[in-house]
Amino acid sequence: MAILVDENTRVIVQGMTGRAGTFYTDLAMRYGSTYVGGVRPGRGGTKHLGLPMFHTVKEAVAGTDATASLVVVPAPHAAEAMIEAIEAEIGVIVCITERVPQHDMGRVKQALEGSNSVLIGPNSQGILTPGACKIGVMPTQEAKPGSIGIASRSASLTSEVLARCSSADLGQSTTVGIGGDTLHGIGFVDCLKRFREDPDTQTVVLIGEIGGREEEDAADYLTTVDYEKPVIALVVGRHAPEGQRMGHAGTLSVFGLRSAEEKIARLRDAGAVIAQDASTVVDSVLATLETA
Amino acid sequence: MLLSEFKSKEILAQYSVPTPAGKLARTAEEAEAACAGLDARKYVVKAQITAGGRGLAGGIRFAATPSSVRDEAAAMLGTRLVTEQTREDGELVEAVSVEAALELSHQRFIAFALDPTNGAPLLLASTEGGMRFEQQAKANSDLVKTLALPEDTPQTRSDALAFLSQFDIDQTQTLNALFGARQAFIDYDATLLEINPFALTRENGWVAVDAKIAIDPNALFRHPEFDSMAIGEGALSPEAEAQKSNINLVQLDGNIGVVVNGAGLGLATHDMLLDAGASPANFMDIRTTASSFDIAKGVELLLQDSRVKAILLNVHGGGMTSCDTVAEGVAFAYSRSKRKVPVVSRLAGLNAPWGLQIIQDRKVPVESFETMPQAIHRVVELAQGSAR
Repeated sequence: MAILVDENTRVIVQGMTGRAGTFYTDLAMRYGSTYVGGVRPGRGGTKHLGLPMFHTVKEAVAGTDATASLVVVPAPHAAEAMIEAIEAEIGVIVCITERVPQHDMGRVKQALEGSNSVLIGPNSQGILTPGACKIGVMPTQEAKPGSIGIASRSASLTSEVLARCSSADLGQSTTVGIGGDTLHGIGFVDCLKRFREDPDTQTVVLIGEIGGREEEDAADYLTTVDYEKPVIALVVGRHAPEGQRMGHAGTLSVFGLRSAEEKIARLRDAGAVIAQDASTVVDSVLATLETA
Repeated sequence: MLLSEFKSKEILAQYSVPTPAGKLARTAEEAEAACAGLDARKYVVKAQITAGGRGLAGGIRFAATPSSVRDEAAAMLGTRLVTEQTREDGELVEAVSVEAALELSHQRFIAFALDPTNGAPLLLASTEGGMRFEQQAKANSDLVKTLALPEDTPQTRSDALAFLSQFDIDQTQTLNALFGARQAFIDYDATLLEINPFALTRENGWVAVDAKIAIDPNALFRHPEFDSMAIGEGALSPEAEAQKSNINLVQLDGNIGVVVNGAGLGLATHDMLLDAGASPANFMDIRTTASSFDIAKGVELLLQDSRVKAILLNVHGGGMTSCDTVAEGVAFAYSRSKRKVPVVSRLAGLNAPWGLQIIQDRKVPVESFETMPQAIHRVVELAQGSAR
């Protein structure tokens, strides 16, 4: 099972012919995921990495029955690529592009509203169901199939936590990088809901950080349901210095920006097990398994 | 990127937002001369720095005559103004603006930001406009009310008028200014457009007396007119130098240089260092797009920093940044530097053994550990030892 992507997921890559697109598509195909085509305006009808190329996402869907798309398009054009994938009714869209302008993401969020697409990212390492499907840029040599579901705002910390889980023989159902940007697609709450429904996931690990509202929303959600599966949360940035040159501290406070400590307190009150730091997440997971 | 008050108001004026008449001056003489073109009984001289909190820090001064305008400008120009939002050493005042001082009866706070839930323009307003707004809003977030303005339509205009009447801003003509500011917010890819105070003046109705626009740094490719500002004048700060090399650097006050890939792992490392009683000299996040040469530049900045007693290298290789890529950068920086502080490394993930081999072969003084707590324990020992 797992969430969002599995061995039946058929992936196309928008921006496949570029340096990063070629590199990551090649790695993901070697990992054994099902990649079925690529999109690059002007390159339709050709082949790249042995896969058929299309001018548009709609043509690619018609030609390959793709169900997911990896967007590896440079920031100035990333929003248009995401919107094109949404309009072509791609089910899972993963955008790894960094530095997408915020106003562009406003338009993407508008296109997502009422659509059937799930967006992962941007500025995300992507999504991985070990042994079945990789859509993104994460390392895979330490990933193992198993029952830990991971949702994370940080690519590097996901790798770190995943490696430690695997070395303790704790495999993963699916890992989702929700991305590091303020405006992004799927959030912790949606991940939690999907992990809850997923029979393969026994334990959920959330990796959060300062800024944004993801951790608060997750805490609010956890208080409204009997979640049943243990949730371990790591929130980093407890000691991050407050940005002194931020001329908008007062303005931003209306959005309820909270410190890492406050996020941790909200998650703990909601029943999550708090990992003190990155090195103790696995101990926390093991502890919940023993008590279960 | 924050625009100065003067530039921000210049933009707003182009979008039919009333602003006080004013001129920019880089010398005291220019400031005095600026008065000639202003229809004013009294003048105000304002330091053009990007940080807020100027009013409370003596960066806004009133003057009755052109010659006292010159004196006030002379007192500020070339000095470093320290406000609650600047760093300890303040910000250099390279220019002042000279404006006609207005008599303000009502002061309001008005801003546009992006709604964090859907990315649409959001209007923020508060009755408590003026110098103390930041402090008051921090203490009490209920002071600010918001209205979503995703579109400019007759309906959203009438919504906005109803919303603004609770702040005693009740003139239809003010709506043009407000929706002009909204359009500027969109056209300039702003992440924040703040008018504080938006004030009712005896002379000119509602006026944007002070304003600040923050432009999304990721959208600067659409605004090449700001390229020269992004480069700035004079010597580059280490932060700005690192940025050019795909490295996010924040200078701190401690003695441990920190090299980490990824913002999340960087924050996690910072937390663990402080929990261990250590004092990092910096926060560093090597972005995934950084090459070995970029990483060498980042390490070089740490080696040049005399406060740094030891370097913690904490890398989880993956994606395009594998451990050997980082190691090449570290080794290169050390080969070019006379100063060689000890390195404590924790390399994991893609090509970790190869990475360690590279730094050992190139004679970097390195001690390697398997786990983060071990490495942090050791680097703290080294930093404290040599500090004594």
